[in-house]
Amino acid sequence: MIDVRDLWKSFNGFGVLKGINLQMAPGTTTVVLGGSGSGKTVLMKHIMGLFKPDKGEVIVDGENVSVMSRQELAIFRQRMGMVFQNAALFDSMTVGDNVAFPLREHTKMSEDEIGAKVKEKLAVVDLFDVEQKFPAELSGGMRKRVGLARAIIRDPKIVLYDEPTTGLDPLTTESVDQMIIGARKKLGVTSVVISHDIGSAFHIADHIAMLHHGVIVEQGTPAQLRNSKEPHTQEFLATWFARQ
Amino acid sequence: MTEHAASPAAIEPAAPEAKPRWLTWIEKPVVTIGDLFIFVAQSLAAIPRPPYRFSIFLSQLEFMAYGSLFVVGLTGLFTGMVMAMQLTSAFGLFNAQSLVGATLEIALARELAPIFTCIVVVARVGSAIATELGTMRVTEQIDALETMAVDPLNYLVVPRVLAAAVAAPILTMLFNAIAIAGAYGIDVYVQDISPAAFLNRMQTMVYPHDLLNGLGKSMVIGFFVTCIACFRGYKAEGGARGVGIATTEAVVSGLIAIFAIDYIYTAISLNTASGGGMGGM
Ligand SMILES: Nc1ncnc2c1ncn2[C@@H]1O[C@H](COP(=O)(O)OP(=O)(O)OP(=O)(O)O)[C@@H](O)[C@H]1O
Ligand SMILES: [Mg+2]
Repeated sequence: MIDVRDLWKSFNGFGVLKGINLQMAPGTTTVVLGGSGSGKTVLMKHIMGLFKPDKGEVIVDGENVSVMSRQELAIFRQRMGMVFQNAALFDSMTVGDNVAFPLREHTKMSEDEIGAKVKEKLAVVDLFDVEQKFPAELSGGMRKRVGLARAIIRDPKIVLYDEPTTGLDPLTTESVDQMIIGARKKLGVTSVVISHDIGSAFHIADHIAMLHHGVIVEQGTPAQLRNSKEPHTQEFLATWFARQ
Repeated sequence: MTEHAASPAAIEPAAPEAKPRWLTWIEKPVVTIGDLFIFVAQSLAAIPRPPYRFSIFLSQLEFMAYGSLFVVGLTGLFTGMVMAMQLTSAFGLFNAQSLVGATLEIALARELAPIFTCIVVVARVGSAIATELGTMRVTEQIDALETMAVDPLNYLVVPRVLAAAVAAPILTMLFNAIAIAGAYGIDVYVQDISPAAFLNRMQTMVYPHDLLNGLGKSMVIGFFVTCIACFRGYKAEGGARGVGIATTEAVVSGLIAIFAIDYIYTAISLNTASGGGMGGM
């Protein structure tokens, strides 16, 4: 359970989040929609404890992330995974070392086990024989998928995806969507997905929240949002559904 | 309406009074230095915390020490040769050429070797660290480390500052040795001073204390300038430009720090040392 309560955050006097209230039930997939600069990434970084709120709090499984100490955060993050919007791969390491990084840091697995696990997770995102390459040698979409593989390598219970499919081709997008759906069905993973891809959002979401200028202007099931009367939501969804 | 329009105008001239201009000038440096000390304290606190990143430490040590051998050696050679020429001509005015070797070695051991070595370290290592950490910061790699429950101070900063604290004295010794060899070469083979005259007074005038003082100095300075470089990189913001600023500031503030710490270190060590190599001079 992720519970965001009255979250406020500003940078240099510029308000980004203005009282966010959002609950994400365990084992569900929540998609956060919103225009560029609406504060989606900032919201996600608060859930991860990377930012401290000016006001309000983020409660995950009964623990207040916003007031955690360094050690508490380290323990908390062991069961979390986060996919960064720009992958954030370690450019000094090979792809294999990047994906293996959380395993090497936190488990006592043998190198053989690690290698097998890395291969398995890379295959999930349709990557083969890239372990020896460096991130700079990959395309943007491939880097993004390596970031995905790294985030899920320890099978975390909660995964935050910051635009996991932006910049991917339709087939890879579909397989990432299937991965998120599969993780929920098979492993009961709680996913929070930031997306600009309304088609895939409606495909994977149990719950959709519409973020506009730092406020959640509407939230509900995909069906509820589909028939929304809220002007921002309507405008946002019209761009996609109008074309169908 | 009129009240509303008047109030910002009334506030504007009052604002500088509320916060005098000198305060806005010193605010940024004071805040930055405060942040730096917090950062250094956090880094020091992270040193004893496991896991110990021994392999990162070694690869950093290789980069800093082994990678700097050539440039430190060359700098040392030229410094030694130049100082030998200068001192020989100056001491020659009152026929004291026999003091050149000893005087030069005291100067090298206590000041020249540690300071010049640390300047090279700042230029070569400090800039590299600030660029690397700054790039990691603006591309969210440091955030990624945190989300994977790895402490970036422990993973990135501690191995670097410790490696610098080890590499700087090693390089200082090298600088020292090559500089004195260069000076010997100039004095003995160019200036026609006898080897005995060059070496003789060294034994009586230079103490191990002088060498250790310089090595300790380079260790302290190496540690701090690397802390500064890590700090600048760690706090970088705003893309490639921000990384460039971080690198420039790492080098500039590193250079200032060298001389400031040198002064403090020298003042303390001369006050606490009873006698010692410099005592008689
Ligand atoms: N570290 C930061 N310092 C200052 N301002 C920031 C910082 N991070 C984000 N912002 C500001 O917060 C606002 C929201 O940023 P955010 O990255 O959350 O947008 P977003 O909704 O993820 O947009 P996009 O879809 O383009 O990724 C932006 O105006 C941005 O300038
Ligand atoms: Mg974003």
